[in-house]
Amino acid sequence: MLENTNIKVLDKVVVRFSGDSGDGMQLAGNIFTNVSAGVGNQVSTFPDYPAEIRAPQGSLSGVSGFQVSVGTGVYTPGDQADVLIAMNPAALKQNVKFLKAGGVIIVDIDSFKESDLKKALFETDEPFKELGITAQVVEVPITSMTKAALAETGLDNKSVLKCRNIFALGLVCWLFDRPLESALQHLKAKFAKKPAIYDANALVIQAGYDYGHNIHASVSTYRIETEAARPGKYTDINGNTATAWGLIMAAEKAGRPLFLGSYPITPATDILHELAKRKDLGVKACQMEDEIAGVCSAIGAAFAGNLAVTSTSGPGLALKSEGIGLAVMAELPLVIIDVQRGGPSTGLPTKTEQTDLFQALYGRNGESPLAVMAPASPTDCFTMAFEACRVAVEHMTPVILLTDAFIGNGSSAWRIPDADEYPEIHPRYVPEELKATWRAYLRDEETKVRYWAIPGTEGCAHRLGGLEKDYNTGAISTDPVNHEKMVYTRKEKIDRIANNIPALEVQCDADADTLIVGWGGTYGHLYTAAQELNKAGKKVAFAHFRYINPLPANTAEVFAKYRRVIVAELNTGQFADFLQAKFPEVKISRINKVQGQPFLVKEIIDGVTKIMED
Amino acid sequence: MEENKYTAANYKSDQSVRWCPGCGDHAILNSLHKAMATVGVAPHMTAVISGIGCSSRLPYYMNTYGFHTIHGRAAAIATGFKVANPEMTVWQISGDGDGLAIGGNHFIHAVRRNIDLNIMLLNNKIYGLTKGQYSPTSDRGFVSKSSPYGTTEDPFIPAELVFGARGNFFARSIDVELATTQEVMVAAAQHKGTSVVEILQNCVIFNHGIHNAITDKEYRADRTIHLRHGEKMLFGKDGNKGIVQDGFLLKAVEIGVDGYTIDDVLVHDAHCESNFLHQQLAMMDGKELPLAVGVIRDVEALTYNEEIDKQVAEVRAKKGFSSLRDMILAGETWEVK
Repeated sequence: MLENTNIKVLDKVVVRFSGDSGDGMQLAGNIFTNVSAGVGNQVSTFPDYPAEIRAPQGSLSGVSGFQVSVGTGVYTPGDQADVLIAMNPAALKQNVKFLKAGGVIIVDIDSFKESDLKKALFETDEPFKELGITAQVVEVPITSMTKAALAETGLDNKSVLKCRNIFALGLVCWLFDRPLESALQHLKAKFAKKPAIYDANALVIQAGYDYGHNIHASVSTYRIETEAARPGKYTDINGNTATAWGLIMAAEKAGRPLFLGSYPITPATDILHELAKRKDLGVKACQMEDEIAGVCSAIGAAFAGNLAVTSTSGPGLALKSEGIGLAVMAELPLVIIDVQRGGPSTGLPTKTEQTDLFQALYGRNGESPLAVMAPASPTDCFTMAFEACRVAVEHMTPVILLTDAFIGNGSSAWRIPDADEYPEIHPRYVPEELKATWRAYLRDEETKVRYWAIPGTEGCAHRLGGLEKDYNTGAISTDPVNHEKMVYTRKEKIDRIANNIPALEVQCDADADTLIVGWGGTYGHLYTAAQELNKAGKKVAFAHFRYINPLPANTAEVFAKYRRVIVAELNTGQFADFLQAKFPEVKISRINKVQGQPFLVKEIIDGVTKIMED
Repeated sequence: MEENKYTAANYKSDQSVRWCPGCGDHAILNSLHKAMATVGVAPHMTAVISGIGCSSRLPYYMNTYGFHTIHGRAAAIATGFKVANPEMTVWQISGDGDGLAIGGNHFIHAVRRNIDLNIMLLNNKIYGLTKGQYSPTSDRGFVSKSSPYGTTEDPFIPAELVFGARGNFFARSIDVELATTQEVMVAAAQHKGTSVVEILQNCVIFNHGIHNAITDKEYRADRTIHLRHGEKMLFGKDGNKGIVQDGFLLKAVEIGVDGYTIDDVLVHDAHCESNFLHQQLAMMDGKELPLAVGVIRDVEALTYNEEIDKQVAEVRAKKGFSSLRDMILAGETWEVK
């Protein structure tokens, strides 16, 4: 089909769909992603949507975007797009900055009328000139072609217009040689309950595809390399779903029922949605009356013997602080998921940041240490949610899992793990031989872990509470020396988790003298940047932290090998400060960004290059 | 339930009780131990969860599973506990500050959900543990350390909140009336769903005698009425006073006076689905009308925890995934060979 066209062969491409927040750009982008993953591409997505549900139609504030990179060696959604689809002038104006030099813009020229230009605050009737666009612009009458394709169906005008996104999708499928059958399957699943809408979209996607075929002389198409992936069954997964599933896997491996207490908050709500659906696996997900009740119901469930979780974002974590302190004091297993967003206060609810690290580490009264972890990518959310549960249950502690809006909403192809790929989790139940003499705060002296007596167990009735307890008897104690002993015991318990987590790995050029360090959701960008720096002859190594408190046991050893450590993060330097306090002898440089947006690979390359030149 | 398997002693812990001598909480604790023995649920199948405040120390004095939590959050913690481990009988102990001020939101939502908790609300109309500030149940004009010129706000009446949140069980007692307290605690435990028991409690240090106008022995019989389901609403030293309907309102009358006979006196129906009369009974304040003690409302309704369990069972029966992997594989996947 592509034989007669000008074909560009690339290892990966970046496509950015943009339009009104009601235009269905997320759906078109998602289907394109799934179809690409289905043909064996690696995929990485970045939905970039406004906080407003429906801003005024055609306005700049209502523009919704969805960027996806597909191909091989894909670890990020890409800095800039090879192809930009703009459904209206506002979308063009907001997104043209994301286009690569030499990229192609596809616009729905039907929505570039004078009134449309006005809504997007254009001053002239020459939008492309006004924006200084030199890229190739393919003007496609998407609206009128969609209407024409559906003329015979008798569908009302509103429903017809809602199919425009799928016309654009059809065109993009042609452009990248994606199989329409697969796209049709996804549409069928999406509109399973609305067969008339499915039929309309099926007509429209074909029309978009055919349109591309008919104009092939004027635009290049792309052939994307695919690389043999590890054999197995795959599915497309976003970070929030992966988080939810990782929790379920942990519940299965721990043999404890899963409980979620939560309250809706952007961008974490999808975790609640997914777990609410999973009653089919016995999960109990309770939407509570507020954030505090979310964490408190989870604490109650933890005391009751469940694997208990609460999910939230930054403002919610602030509200949960006192509750988390209680879980620290009562030494109960509890997983707190913070899908970080731009702050402070309400901040930038739909945008991404790594600014809650200090809150997670220190945001409680008193000496209240707990474990902090952060997944590196959408699919890593599965592994790290599992790990957070494993550590919580095996070490009887709250664990804060710091994901973020970028990896929470972003998606990747994910190989579905076999049942035995994840280890068993061993709850620290009261040993039989100790039952007769057991007291609530009796602990394993090796790990400092308190035993877990599940309510309902005969002979193990006990009282927990937020008041300080005697080390030996578990009774209320205000003894000064005992208090200090308990403070250090709780700290020691967290520190010793380091013996039960994987070592820090170094990637890229391990023999370099500069080490790039990151944590959490910036992995893809940092890894890609480090690889490109290596390709350009720069000697840099790369170490990424997923375990933050405690740090992996070999951290000091790794740092000692490098003359310079560059910590790159999406805040003003919280992890760098944390590391500097722990390792005062290490020379730490920083690369920071706090724009509510992920790093660009280029920003990291430029930043590292500049630091290395100093 | 086997009778007499447990005695009050089975529910007592070895901790020495630290409330002030003369505090109403001592009597309430004793009533609770006895009530639990009467109900007969084993100590290891019982959980007592409290917030913060004098009364919230109570779990330490129980030989059951217990959790002394944080201020105001007992209802939320107890909710999670009950959903997670529904076989357990769960008691919540809160004071008026814990339950109705900082924890007011959790309180009304627990009642609305009708989760199976037995909430003991110990109302002494004062903050004792912080040494004497007014509480959300203190009367307008009440003078305390934080209201030296008297409060300028109206109080909550706990029953009104319970009915406002569509509660299905409300009972009341007075700390000094051990038998009544025990009776309503047993009824609360036997009721499925959220049971709220308000216990008027005396703070001997900061609010001594706050309930005296009602509870003083001299006139308690005339200023309170013990409601029992199916019985005439009679009260008074000689049992010759009764509650009758007067238009839409209630009226206290003397039998034989003004032409009122025993037939005019209302019969208490705690199980009546409409809460209209229950509200009026619960709002009687010991002035024109006697304050009601006993079980005022006790109506069966769907409970939150049972409905969750039912839904889980139904969904599982329909979809029948045995594991996460099963569920994922039933969705959209592709295979790489």
